[in-house]
Amino acid sequence: MSRYTSTVGSRFPLIDSMEKSSGQGVYIEDMRFSGMLYARLVRSTEAFARIDEVDFSQAAEIEGFVAGLAPGEAGTSNTFGVLPISEDETPLPAPNSLYSGAIVAAVACETEVGAREAALRVQVRSEKLPATLRPKDALRETDHPIHSNALAGTNLHKAVDQEFGDVDGAFEGASVVTGGEFVFDGINHGFTEPIGCIAVPESNGRLSLYSATQVPHYLHRALAKVLEMPIHKIRVYKPLVGGGFGGKSDPFPHEMVAALLARKTGRPVKLIFDRDEVFLNNHGRHPTEYKIQVAADQEGRLLGLDAHSRIDGGAWGSFGVVTTYYNGVLSQGPYRLPSFRYSGRRVYTNKPASGAMRGHGAVNARYALETALDEMAERLKLDPFDLRAQNALPPNTTTLNHLRITSTGFLECLERARERSGWDQKFRKMPFGRGIGLGCGFYISGSALPIHRTRTPQSTVHIKIDVDGGVTIHSLAADIGQGSDTMLAQCVAEAMGVRIDRCRVMAKDTDTAPIDLGSYSSRVTFMAGNAALRTGEAVFRKMQRACARLTGRSAEGFVKGADETYVHLDDDGVVIPFMDALREALADNGALIAKGAYIAPKLGGAFKGSGAGLSPSYSYQAFVAEVEVDPETGFVRVEKIWAAHDCGKALNRLAVEGQLEGSVHMGMGQALTEQMLYLNNGQLRNGSFLDYKIPSPVDTPEIEAIVVESNDPEGPLGAKECGEGALAPIIPAIGNAIYDAVGVRLHEVPMTPERILKALERKRKIQEKAGARP
Amino acid sequence: MSSNRRILRLNVNGQPREVLARDADTLLDVLREECELTGTKRGCDLGTCGCCTVQIDGEPVLSCLTLAAEVEGRDIITVEGLRDGERFAPLQEAWAEAGASQCGFCTPGFLMAADRLLRDNPDPDRQEIREALAGNLCRCTGYVKIVDAVERCAAEHRAFCVARGRTVAPSEQV
Repeated sequence: MSRYTSTVGSRFPLIDSMEKSSGQGVYIEDMRFSGMLYARLVRSTEAFARIDEVDFSQAAEIEGFVAGLAPGEAGTSNTFGVLPISEDETPLPAPNSLYSGAIVAAVACETEVGAREAALRVQVRSEKLPATLRPKDALRETDHPIHSNALAGTNLHKAVDQEFGDVDGAFEGASVVTGGEFVFDGINHGFTEPIGCIAVPESNGRLSLYSATQVPHYLHRALAKVLEMPIHKIRVYKPLVGGGFGGKSDPFPHEMVAALLARKTGRPVKLIFDRDEVFLNNHGRHPTEYKIQVAADQEGRLLGLDAHSRIDGGAWGSFGVVTTYYNGVLSQGPYRLPSFRYSGRRVYTNKPASGAMRGHGAVNARYALETALDEMAERLKLDPFDLRAQNALPPNTTTLNHLRITSTGFLECLERARERSGWDQKFRKMPFGRGIGLGCGFYISGSALPIHRTRTPQSTVHIKIDVDGGVTIHSLAADIGQGSDTMLAQCVAEAMGVRIDRCRVMAKDTDTAPIDLGSYSSRVTFMAGNAALRTGEAVFRKMQRACARLTGRSAEGFVKGADETYVHLDDDGVVIPFMDALREALADNGALIAKGAYIAPKLGGAFKGSGAGLSPSYSYQAFVAEVEVDPETGFVRVEKIWAAHDCGKALNRLAVEGQLEGSVHMGMGQALTEQMLYLNNGQLRNGSFLDYKIPSPVDTPEIEAIVVESNDPEGPLGAKECGEGALAPIIPAIGNAIYDAVGVRLHEVPMTPERILKALERKRKIQEKAGARP
Repeated sequence: MSSNRRILRLNVNGQPREVLARDADTLLDVLREECELTGTKRGCDLGTCGCCTVQIDGEPVLSCLTLAAEVEGRDIITVEGLRDGERFAPLQEAWAEAGASQCGFCTPGFLMAADRLLRDNPDPDRQEIREALAGNLCRCTGYVKIVDAVERCAAEHRAFCVARGRTVAPSEQV
């Protein structure tokens, strides 16, 4: 019997790739509506100020000025935020403006040029307040806390303290302890498409918001809260999104401002950011101070980990409560740890907010841990690969903090990265200036605990099939370029046994799509993929019954055959083409519809914060970087990267490799060049791609993506995440390679030429001193 | 800033166009707003990302740093002009097949830069491809599959350009 052939495991181009190649794809700035106004924002020039008055009289003289929006107007002080536990953002200051560059007011004009002119003429009268810019100052008591929900009269936003096992005992009994203090600058997502939205008041009293967002559902909720409208009267629509990486995963003030202006003027309002405004909006990776100690016995068995982080949240909460936990709990793998202590502090400061960014919460902590392990291997005279392999978490275990470990391909990642990189011929064997380093990691495949504690499934998918035989898939999983629409189509086609080109994915509109929580926490393939498979399977069962009616044979005997047919197992002669089965299924019924959903299993222990880090499964990585370091200039050239990642099952090898390669590139930027810099008054210094340096095609080396498949028992067709976990390991791989090359360990990231030269100079002085002793 | 608009005569994708533009309008503004050719993307407005790359007389140019008034009468090609009617350029198809687009926002700019390379060089090596694309940023792909796409279609794309009369290196044009 000829078998059904599928796209699963193939190199399948994204279903919307010709839209993108042709230039026909529609992103937010490409949309326009008749009668549309253009909005521009007025931004604060002070780090912290009470806004007393906004005067539009001079702005109103600009031709085409239609309206302004000022603090105090209806809706502008309603709070929102992505996490219900820290809804501390407001569309406009209420009454305090919290950072230099924060939105203070807005104008709407007939033309974009007019709006820019008008925004420049808005007069803002404000009273400067004492700003808090450094995290260490944020822990002090203050008369001017940035938010009223801060802890104990300070600017402390969140404190996490966790301890498992006998940490003190582990360190007392240890043969080797390594670690130290690390500092990480904040970084920005750097997606190429600036943030933007269009708010459209509908004639029936509804409001539509078209927005470049990763989280249509959370945006939908936040709009209803801020606008004080029933949620069913609001529609959120996501066009093509030009990259997100976490930077479009919060509901944002500008979306509320556009909606409020649309309601005020009764006209569509378009609001597109300039690049510097993307940096000012930020919600990127937290600037982080991290202290870590790792203990092991003489054989290199890990005994304990003791870590402390202080992360700079900037002006708002965003995902920061989660980040505070993740900086600790996501260090519980991929190694077995008998004891673990972590304390995390997130503070508010008068700077652009930090939030979620690719590898959320795990990246900076991972650098600290993997650097400490590299040092430990050296002290114990063990190969870094061997040290990690002997401490690997075995499959089907539970960590101290109750993370449930099921499938793991970590050992295979180690083996293949070691072999492909030629590690054994290179490590500690190359000339001075040339080095190779290893970094590993693990990451969640979706947070098992939803942000809103409801009984709503995390992902639901609907399918509609009518007489044309096209399969329409409705979902609210947000494709932001990672290819989730393609993944949904693959899962449905696979479950139904049809060609993927029958499938069309409508994952953009809250009016038609069932709820999906959106694209963040590496959840989409695992959760929406499972929901899509279940929906496709529900359709398949209907097709089996239709086949049974047509043939008089048992429904469950029909399986998927070649060329879109259903074949009965008992008799090779009975072959029902898909369209025949469909016509029977539709007869007397109308369009065939089906639904499937995914809810993560109940996981975790009964302690405070136990929900953080829980996931139905985890991905694993072992990455190797080879670098050349110029000791004269401190310049690092990355020569090659080998990135072995356990994604469970590669549903689409092309897409998986693309995620790994993209993660490596982004991590390399954080490792070497990317940093958000501020003046002493809190103003962002480098809000452009000239001064914020993302690696270009000539800066980026060839990257060998090594796909490891552990076939997860609960993942859709065995799949796990591959879009985020792959970022963290590259940074320590580069750091450890620099050590192999020139013998210095960098405790500040990015590892800029200046910092490398400083470290080399320090090392030279220490050696001189040692040499000077008798 | 003058808000007076005057008529500009542009030649876009082989079609003469008359558009109303201010002196200060960039080519990017005019292409997107007046010509309604939104394939050319605005990523930074500062010439730092390459998303707005078009070709003028065959050379890649950042349309966000080019005043529309400067390019009257010159040949402007945008991503919409790469295809030949219903037929996509091999480069556009290779981009899809190689997985060179993820979010796709940088794609039009990269295509315009890569097309320029391939018209001159039918067999570039990977380093030559990277250098030709050095002015374009992609945040999704790590460039691996972008280089793959250019490499795999080089000869075919050049042949397609030859057939359309788009072969001559601009430096050889008078």
